[in-house]
Amino acid sequence: MGMSLEIKDIKCGFGPRVVVNGFNATVNSGEILCMLGPNGVGKSTLFKTVLGFLKPMGGEILLDGKAINTLSRKEFAKIMAYVPQVHSPPFPFKVIDVVMMGRTARIGTFGIPSRRDKEIAASMLERLGVTFLLNRTYTEISGGERQMVLIARALAQEPAFLMLDEPTSNLDFGNQVHVLQCISDLARNNGLGIIMTTHFPDHVFQCDGHVALIEWNNVFLTGKADDIITEENMRNTYGIEIKVVKNKFSETTVSSCIPLIKKQ
Amino acid sequence: MTSAGNNNNKGISPREIDDKSQSKREKTILIVLLVMLLIAAVISLGVGRYKIPLNQIIDILRSWITGKTDFKNNPLQVVVLLVRGPRILLCMLVGAALSVSGAAYQGLFKNPMVSPDILGVSAGAGVGASIAIILGFPSLTVQLMAFCFGIGAVFLVMGLASAIGRGTPATLIMVLSGIVVGSLFSSCSSLLKYLADAKARLPDVVFWLMGSFAKNSSYQNVLILFILVLAAGIPLFLMRWQMNVLAFGDEEAQSMGINTGRLRLAIVICSTLLTASSVALCGIIGWVGLVIPHITRFLVGPNFKALLPTSILIGALFMLIVDDFARALIAGEIPIGVITSLVGAPLFIYLMFKGRKEWV
Repeated sequence: MGMSLEIKDIKCGFGPRVVVNGFNATVNSGEILCMLGPNGVGKSTLFKTVLGFLKPMGGEILLDGKAINTLSRKEFAKIMAYVPQVHSPPFPFKVIDVVMMGRTARIGTFGIPSRRDKEIAASMLERLGVTFLLNRTYTEISGGERQMVLIARALAQEPAFLMLDEPTSNLDFGNQVHVLQCISDLARNNGLGIIMTTHFPDHVFQCDGHVALIEWNNVFLTGKADDIITEENMRNTYGIEIKVVKNKFSETTVSSCIPLIKKQ
Repeated sequence: MTSAGNNNNKGISPREIDDKSQSKREKTILIVLLVMLLIAAVISLGVGRYKIPLNQIIDILRSWITGKTDFKNNPLQVVVLLVRGPRILLCMLVGAALSVSGAAYQGLFKNPMVSPDILGVSAGAGVGASIAIILGFPSLTVQLMAFCFGIGAVFLVMGLASAIGRGTPATLIMVLSGIVVGSLFSSCSSLLKYLADAKARLPDVVFWLMGSFAKNSSYQNVLILFILVLAAGIPLFLMRWQMNVLAFGDEEAQSMGINTGRLRLAIVICSTLLTASSVALCGIIGWVGLVIPHITRFLVGPNFKALLPTSILIGALFMLIVDDFARALIAGEIPIGVITSLVGAPLFIYLMFKGRKEWV
């Protein structure tokens, strides 16, 4: 069952200040959209608006043609799950309890998770290959492990779309690749529509997804990674010189972005 | 799929999911605490200026159960059943109420350093009670005014926070508003103390502000407090799972399907009701609502499912024991707020040393 998320001519910001104006994008089930752009350009604001944390100041966000502001928090949470940046909560919850929190929208307002909810939560950890974390304490595991737990929590919501906020930041090289692999699998094998923010153009190439490049003054470029992440666009957006290199392997081609550091 | 860290793909055994040891441990703790509380309550009946040995207490309780009480000819029955009985019940209720509202607020504000009077309820109640005492009103009016002023102070804080936060007060703004309004009411209390008649009224005001179970221990008050504690405690208990989720912050809780504004308001109303009704009856008793949730988390973890019932029992037990000392240490009576601070502060320092890994 395919669904689509349409962001139409959105205008958003805090209070009187407009940060992003006129952004458009569409994500279908099984697709990955990466949001790329300099610090402070409004990626987070846009992200928070799509998630419903901020009210849009104009335009609309549609899920299968239905405006998201007509959905209750609970209804929205059954369709869209959020994976925040890795952080530490003030209390030492157990990992399985953290993942079970993803079931909140699917249990009664005054209910507590049932045995079935616990099994679903456990199966999400298993699906991500981190079952060994089940009975550990969330505040005592590593950053990479916490990221996997937060993804498991989002999956426990059984959503159609997943929004990840810089899922690879603060992770070591190996865990970055693990997380990207996991995101890629979720889109391809499980048909989830995925929106993620990232600071690494290479990650966009590696996920083989669409990209929305957000430049200053409300210039947005959206399309396939190979069409958008070009030497010229990177220069315009970040003011830097890069080369895009196509790496050919036996079966696939993966592009990568090489920054050119001037040596004086 | 792949794993972050070492790969350990052997599937989940039902044993792992069940983790019976955890829930069994929680149940054992609850039962042990309940037994301790009952024993402490019976022993407490004998504690005080007039010591009564255990066998006599049991005799008196037996005659009470069988309905063969004779208060006219048996002063011991009066002491145990009419004086100490309601006091002990009141103590347990207040200890439970303060602990539960402390635990709820610590989750709500995502901060383990928060106590139930963070939104100014105690400071407000103090002003209400001081005015009533200075004007020479009867004790029922003192209670009512303390209750209303306590709730009024929280209203003021929430109103201020909503005005600043344009309808959706952030927790930080709530805390700051609470500090401002609380200190405003505290200075009003100081002013009232300064103005109060030093011989006739001041001692009463001071005694009230330091907290005591001596004056208002009647079965009628026990019943009133019991009803209020149920009215505020049951909704909190029903929201126990949502309170867990809220500890991860507003945005994440929203993304998991929670209407955070409504939930937060409900928690504030219930916790305020619990604290205001306790404070109105027994004065300002500090530290309980701060320390007990900590001790409880050390025992059963932060999940409100276990935290709420366990903190009820530990809070009741703690208050009972502290009140025994208040009654028995000297011939008169030590204000209970003084003892809770004397015991609570070192206990908290100890907990900080033990738990520093979580906080730094």
